[in-house]
Amino acid sequence: MPSSVHRIEVRPQPGHPDPRGAAACRDAASLGLSSPPSRIDTAAVYLIHGDLSEQHVRQLAEELLADPVLETATIGAAPPTADALIEVHPLPGVMDPDAEAVELAILAMLGAHVEVRTARRYDLHGTDASTARLVAERCLANTVIHSIYEQPYHPEAFVTGSPYHLRIVSVPLSDLDDVALVKLSRKAHLFLSLDEMKAIQAEFGRTGSDPREIELETIAQTWSEHCVHKTLKSTIRYQEQITDAQSPRIPIRGRSGHEINPDGSITIHNLFKSTIVAATEQLIADGIDWCPSVFVDNAGVIAFDDDHAVCFKVETHNHPSAIEPYGGAATGVGGCIRDIIGTGLAAKPIAATDVFCVAYPDHWRRSPRRARRGLSSEQRDLPDGCLHPRRILTEVVAGVRDYGNRMGIPTLSGAVWFDDDYVGNPLVFCGCIGVMQRKKISGDPQPGDRIVVIGGRTGRDGIHGATFSSAQLTDTHADEFSHAVQIGNAVTEKKLLDAILEARDHPQGCLFHAITDCGAGGFSSAVGEMGRHLGAEVHLDRAPLKYEGLSPTEIWISEAQERMVLAVPPRNLDQLRAICNLHEAEMCELGQFGTDGQELILRYEGREVGRLSMNFLHEGLPQLTREATWNPPASRGLDSPPLAAGDRPNSIADTLLRLLAHPNIASKRWIIRQYDHEVQGGSIIKPLVGPAGEGPSDAAVILPLLDSTRGLAIANGLATGLRDDPYVMALAAIDECVRNLVCVGADPSRIALLDNFCWPSCDDPRNLGALVRAAEACYDGALAYRAPFISGKDSLNNQFTTSDGKTIEIPPTLLISGIGIVPDVSRCVTMDAKKSGNLLMVVGSPTTSAMGGSHFEMLFGDREARHSPLPAVDLNVAPRIARSVAGLINDGLVSSAHDCSEGGLLVAAAEMTIASRLGLQLDLADLPAEDDPPLEHRCFCEQPARYLLEIRGDDLAEVSSRLHDLPAAVIGTFNSSFRLTLAEDQLDVSVKELQAAWLGTLDW
Amino acid sequence: MPSALIITTAGINCDRELAYAFELAGASAEFIHLNRLLASPQLIDRFELIGLPGGFSYGDAIAAGRIAAVLMRRRLYRALACAIERGVPIIAPCNGFQVAVQMGILPGPAGDEPWPSTPPRPTIALAHNDTGRFVDRWCGVVVPPETRCVWTHGLTADDPSAMLPVAHGEGQFVTSSPRSLGWLERSGQIALRYRPGDNPNGSVGDVAGVCDASGLVLGLMPHPERFTRWNQHPQWTRLHGPSVTGHPLGLAMFHQAVAWAAQAAAV
Repeated sequence: MPSSVHRIEVRPQPGHPDPRGAAACRDAASLGLSSPPSRIDTAAVYLIHGDLSEQHVRQLAEELLADPVLETATIGAAPPTADALIEVHPLPGVMDPDAEAVELAILAMLGAHVEVRTARRYDLHGTDASTARLVAERCLANTVIHSIYEQPYHPEAFVTGSPYHLRIVSVPLSDLDDVALVKLSRKAHLFLSLDEMKAIQAEFGRTGSDPREIELETIAQTWSEHCVHKTLKSTIRYQEQITDAQSPRIPIRGRSGHEINPDGSITIHNLFKSTIVAATEQLIADGIDWCPSVFVDNAGVIAFDDDHAVCFKVETHNHPSAIEPYGGAATGVGGCIRDIIGTGLAAKPIAATDVFCVAYPDHWRRSPRRARRGLSSEQRDLPDGCLHPRRILTEVVAGVRDYGNRMGIPTLSGAVWFDDDYVGNPLVFCGCIGVMQRKKISGDPQPGDRIVVIGGRTGRDGIHGATFSSAQLTDTHADEFSHAVQIGNAVTEKKLLDAILEARDHPQGCLFHAITDCGAGGFSSAVGEMGRHLGAEVHLDRAPLKYEGLSPTEIWISEAQERMVLAVPPRNLDQLRAICNLHEAEMCELGQFGTDGQELILRYEGREVGRLSMNFLHEGLPQLTREATWNPPASRGLDSPPLAAGDRPNSIADTLLRLLAHPNIASKRWIIRQYDHEVQGGSIIKPLVGPAGEGPSDAAVILPLLDSTRGLAIANGLATGLRDDPYVMALAAIDECVRNLVCVGADPSRIALLDNFCWPSCDDPRNLGALVRAAEACYDGALAYRAPFISGKDSLNNQFTTSDGKTIEIPPTLLISGIGIVPDVSRCVTMDAKKSGNLLMVVGSPTTSAMGGSHFEMLFGDREARHSPLPAVDLNVAPRIARSVAGLINDGLVSSAHDCSEGGLLVAAAEMTIASRLGLQLDLADLPAEDDPPLEHRCFCEQPARYLLEIRGDDLAEVSSRLHDLPAAVIGTFNSSFRLTLAEDQLDVSVKELQAAWLGTLDW
Repeated sequence: MPSALIITTAGINCDRELAYAFELAGASAEFIHLNRLLASPQLIDRFELIGLPGGFSYGDAIAAGRIAAVLMRRRLYRALACAIERGVPIIAPCNGFQVAVQMGILPGPAGDEPWPSTPPRPTIALAHNDTGRFVDRWCGVVVPPETRCVWTHGLTADDPSAMLPVAHGEGQFVTSSPRSLGWLERSGQIALRYRPGDNPNGSVGDVAGVCDASGLVLGLMPHPERFTRWNQHPQWTRLHGPSVTGHPLGLAMFHQAVAWAAQAAAV
């Protein structure tokens, strides 16, 4: 029988619901089309290529593909049932995770080796073909990775690769002038600067040869901003012109790595080392002894107990998520998990975090003007090349959900920040935490170790991810860089994880000497980094490929997902192979560490295709001196839509309700409930708390070891509202992160921090100046709180150039992520108020009239005028407050605790009532305050370093005496009225109304 | 000490906490990969308890649990049916439940019939949640007093702390006909229900878990292995008094089955 492609459709039996169709219909309805589909029927489509009899095809349809109770199968294509038909198929070469599993099942059932592709069919009722096409493009498919068909697609054969014939390409460099070098860098997607291109020219000029393509690519990957963080490590000449008395001056004098020049400017040698790392080193010198591995590995490691350590890493995956949000976010999660597996001799991932920054979903039109209906006239057209923010957010959430849940790692801490300047360049932060034995926190390859790759196959996907992430997005990037976009396959990574943990815990000892993940730059970065002191010889033709036709260069730099590189002593290879076979994790031996002269030698079918000195690769990057200036505040990016006069709030209640409904503040329940935050069984404080599971927890607490009572708290701080001074912003973010951790019961003397800078282009000295201020704040904050940074990452080209040449820079964004040790989880508290009659106390910095950067100002203020000062953290007091509050919690004097952050004190108090279903009578007359601020400011100022604590009346004297001279006051009493009231009838609103506002905004 | 077999495979991810729950309840636990069991089904014969853990076996390709079920139907059904016949309690939370129903060991033959030698065609299913999306939350649950389930029978689950976490996208319990639901109810095979009004997925009759006619095999969407200590409860910081004494509901289920297995071994 000739081999051919069989087609099987599987759809719900008549009478059974079609939740996928219903979801697609809801999505289509939100597009604002003039004739949206009234119903969508869906079917799964399987294309199977192989020698199968009709009977076998029927057997597969009935026994494998369709559920006998729920579904029905059709062989071939059922006739259209509706007015329009759409089919969405992955493009050739795009990862199709289900297909692999179906192939495995068919092999087990029939003993037949087949090739499978999966797709989905949509029959759209009540709409025409052109509207269906629009729905497909906007909801059902992404043309970067999908083909859209308007008929059932049943090909004769699958598109396959063609065999590769080796061709070694040299790139003539010696004769190029500056202009030509710059042109080459851009054209070949190297994204190297002129100085860097000249350094390469000089190196090859010395040997009298031209670089081969693979050598040039290796250098570009290794020297990319993404891999080497050259901006943060460069020498910076920083100048500030502070005319505004409100902006704090940075106390530079005496800081290591900083020199004050005669002209008043400051030279900073290696900004990263002189600020973030310097603070940690100073703290270690000053007695902090629980940071065994910081800034050197794939994640930062801290001691957990006598025998165990925990490690934490947060990565961004911004540019892939802009183009293909689902795959971008999923592979972001997958990559960060691999960082944890690649820390020391492999840590076990135990928790994940996610933070997203996107544009406001309701500010942008979803459809072309002609089709819109009933939309606000203030909505703007999306710039060409941008996906709608609602779609981006929905899909990144789905990506994190599908990958994290499948890996069995609880995703339990996160945030979403909305700002229209993220429209073309959304931010996706993915974090992962691992646990490991303290004796396994480091490992080094030894000469003679085999270079072993475990996991997924190598394909053309993800090529140039490292250099692409270091470039700036433009409206044509979706076309130009679609190959940098990938779909993850979580099961491949889970198999890899299972195999590696078994190899790590082998009865004869760990089977490998070192491990790292294949992230940005693929093999080139992983092998280059592991072999930097030994050299490495690599046989690129040995890598298992997804399809034929890849050149050695493509194999070398492909960022195909789900691969780890290990250094394995030859004696352990057989045992490792047996483990990999059991877990169906593919393993290959790519070469060997250790060469004469510490070179990187690349071969293909025995022929040398590249050779580089490890020394030049890792040390040859020219040190740059970069200019940075800071003169506050500058207005950049998009103009915010002006506030109509009628939009001003007319009461405290009205303001409170609108703040609760602000997307930054509103409940993220819709997102949180899609993540499995209970898997692994260690969940102690969940992301949503209170009797109805509606309260927003300040932090999550987990048990890294199930048989211990020692916990780990996880939280973050993000204060992008204060972007007008990144110094103030960064300190507020650190303070918020510390407060979140303290509020659940973490020990403030055991808090470790991570920094993730996402910045617009630092070629602009103003942006670099802003970065300097944020980094200096990290130094001051870490020292003041005695909370060391243990790892960090930066992404420095986050801006989008529209088709008409306008550049939209993102707001400078600093995510502070933190973990804190909870000595005994039975001491933990949650933020939901517990009991009628208990008192509400505010502890912390006096409230001021500094409304700058607050959500009140965002909603109701004149943002462009920026009159109001930014509230600043008082580093002399804030750490003391944190310690005092932690002491009260640890001694059982606090029934619930909540930090005052976005929205201010009244929003935080409202959240405590929403969470608890209690009422609260407030009186803010005695609120500790400076300069007697008006009531609106008392309610909505976002002064940092403030905590709300619920205490029993009987404990008031004890609590007051323990707080001593710290600003604190009782401001309310909880009651059973289910209303939130303020003294003198200034507010009287039902908690139900507050709840509706808070839950309604993001209830997608 | 009874020994529990934990069957793992690609994509299974609740295996550690399942083993831990067995251990807390007094059993020992051993992991064996499905690929080893498929090659040597007789490995099952030396265990007194079996757990099919939750997760996303084979990525839940096609449908949740489908591929693992197809593999096990062909090569492991017989060995599992033998284990049930010799009195081995089996628990299958979440993905394990999805695998068990498609493999043909739930709801099993009627009380007076033997296990068929080949896997029967499924009569119950776990469809997509009625909301169309994955959901993670804790739900109130009740144990029907008439259940014959070894794992849940007699557990008082009428106080507010009687909750278990769910985390799934395909957990809507569906029967092939209304008659089969009535049959399961009458034969005491409904092992666990969601508290009325707290049904997270649209399951018919608020059914959260079912057992076979012997009561040994429990399949359920909630995760009892995630509630083995009080401070896993979502409201533990609010719980006081008598409701927090004794074993948490999840652990209590494991205690009952381990005690059963220990007794069976003694006889």
